[in-house]
Amino acid sequence: MALGVLDGVKERLAGKVQEASVSHGVLVLELAPPEVLATIQRLKSEFLFDLFLDVTAVDWLGQSPRFEVVYHFYSTAHRVRLRLKTRVPQEDPTVDSLVPLYGSARYMERECHDMYGIVFRGNPDLRPILLYEGFAGHPLRKDYPKRAEQPLVRYRDSPGGRS
Amino acid sequence: MNARLPNPVRSAFTKTERDDAVIVNIGPSHPATHGTIQIIAELDGEKVVRADAHCGYLHRGFEKECESHTWHNLIPYVDRLNYCSALVNDFAYCEAVEKLMGIEITPRCKILRTLLSEYSRIADHLTCIAASLMELGAMTAFLYLVMIRDFIYEHLADLTGARVTYTYGRIGGLARDLPAGWLARLEQILDEYEVFVGRVHGLMDRNRIFIDRTRNVGAISTAEAINWGFTGPILRSTGAPRDLRKDTPYLAYAELDFEVPVGINGDNYDRYYVRMREMDESLHMIRQLVDMLPDGPISVDDRRCTLPEKRLVYTEIESLINHFKLIMEGPQVPAGEVYSAHEAPNGELGFYLVSTGSGTPYKVHVRSPSFVHMGGVHRLMEGYQLADIIPTFGSVNMIGGECDR
Repeated sequence: MALGVLDGVKERLAGKVQEASVSHGVLVLELAPPEVLATIQRLKSEFLFDLFLDVTAVDWLGQSPRFEVVYHFYSTAHRVRLRLKTRVPQEDPTVDSLVPLYGSARYMERECHDMYGIVFRGNPDLRPILLYEGFAGHPLRKDYPKRAEQPLVRYRDSPGGRS
Repeated sequence: MNARLPNPVRSAFTKTERDDAVIVNIGPSHPATHGTIQIIAELDGEKVVRADAHCGYLHRGFEKECESHTWHNLIPYVDRLNYCSALVNDFAYCEAVEKLMGIEITPRCKILRTLLSEYSRIADHLTCIAASLMELGAMTAFLYLVMIRDFIYEHLADLTGARVTYTYGRIGGLARDLPAGWLARLEQILDEYEVFVGRVHGLMDRNRIFIDRTRNVGAISTAEAINWGFTGPILRSTGAPRDLRKDTPYLAYAELDFEVPVGINGDNYDRYYVRMREMDESLHMIRQLVDMLPDGPISVDDRRCTLPEKRLVYTEIESLINHFKLIMEGPQVPAGEVYSAHEAPNGELGFYLVSTGSGTPYKVHVRSPSFVHMGGVHRLMEGYQLADIIPTFGSVNMIGGECDR
């Protein structure tokens, strides 16, 4: 049954998506950023993908466009998962926010904004969530050094430096 | 307090809607909450008008750190996500990597992983219920429940060598087989569990004070719960029988007989009761799994991920090189991406992994139920009393380790 639903999605969205495949039981759709919001709206209303599971990004440093924003959805009616991917460039890493469709998008988009600097147009609340106010940079970007430190409270001086 | 220190959190609101309302800050280290979370609430008298929940105080760069270690090295680290049920994290992570590598685990490993997942679920639910009952003053119930939990911790220490963070999963199998007498002790603990959880039912279920504090408090409907991304016991407490163990069966769940308990109102009482009933179902599953447990190896015979026997490492050059490569370079995971989810005690725990074909992940992302739940927790608090924040927050069972990563 699960595969039937996925085939249906693939067929009916044929014109909109750049690529569609099934990987490890999850339907994977790739599309251009401007199509994202409208496509997800259809996925929610026509194919009952009612649970917004997750949004994150992958930093393909050196490629263009650099960032891949990855969404995961689940349909509680059909019990299938769907992954939606879109590429955004480094100069303008902007996609439409899913806040009008899913309440849970508010928090998850904040995290993705924190970590990768993806801008979710239409999310009214992109304050830092896992990071703190005033943190410079986006730590999960590949060009953010792993050992960089930005302590809010200065480390106590100890003989021989910080251990 | 040094006034020059910048405030790490910017509140979503700084002005009250009404003149006589006040804004209070609760946490991040408040004696009445467990877990480091900050709740900024606007109060009209005792009533919560608005709430803004902030997490992140336990953020330690988990996902960044994962990108510079081998696939195997991450196992102790994923333990520390939900540290109340570390084994579930282990198995969910290992299964995601195994999917990328196209490995099918052995029948004995499959049954053992299922059994230990359910055993962990009992420990996790015991922790959650015990803590939230204690916060309502039920000290006896707390002691009964943590006593059983401690039996489980000690018992798991016999198996894995650690009480809380077990590092027991391996890509393609498990760290070691059951020690002698482990299953006999398991049966004793399950019997003890039935006695003491029966007493907790007697103490709490029809207790007037408990019902007054939890009935119709923190209530949410199914549609809203789905909108805010709630999964696990919170979603089930609203009456929706959504459980990945039934809906998209993994491990050995398709072969087991069990029910999915659901609530009616989606309130704090229902979340308490759903967890209590889920533990009974886990117990029922564990007894079936003990009967099903086959003999045989616990790890796959696949040199891409399983370490060769020590005897061979010391006597054959091929095995020595194999061992060296697996330790120094890590298992070579084919390029690709995978999302794999398990029904953790708190809800859907998903691992999204991206591999470029090397021994180190390109990206590891955890879809942790606690983090998503924190995005909707204000809905469970708004409109109720200030004092209700504590039991509501307890019933959500936010675990800082997986929430903040």
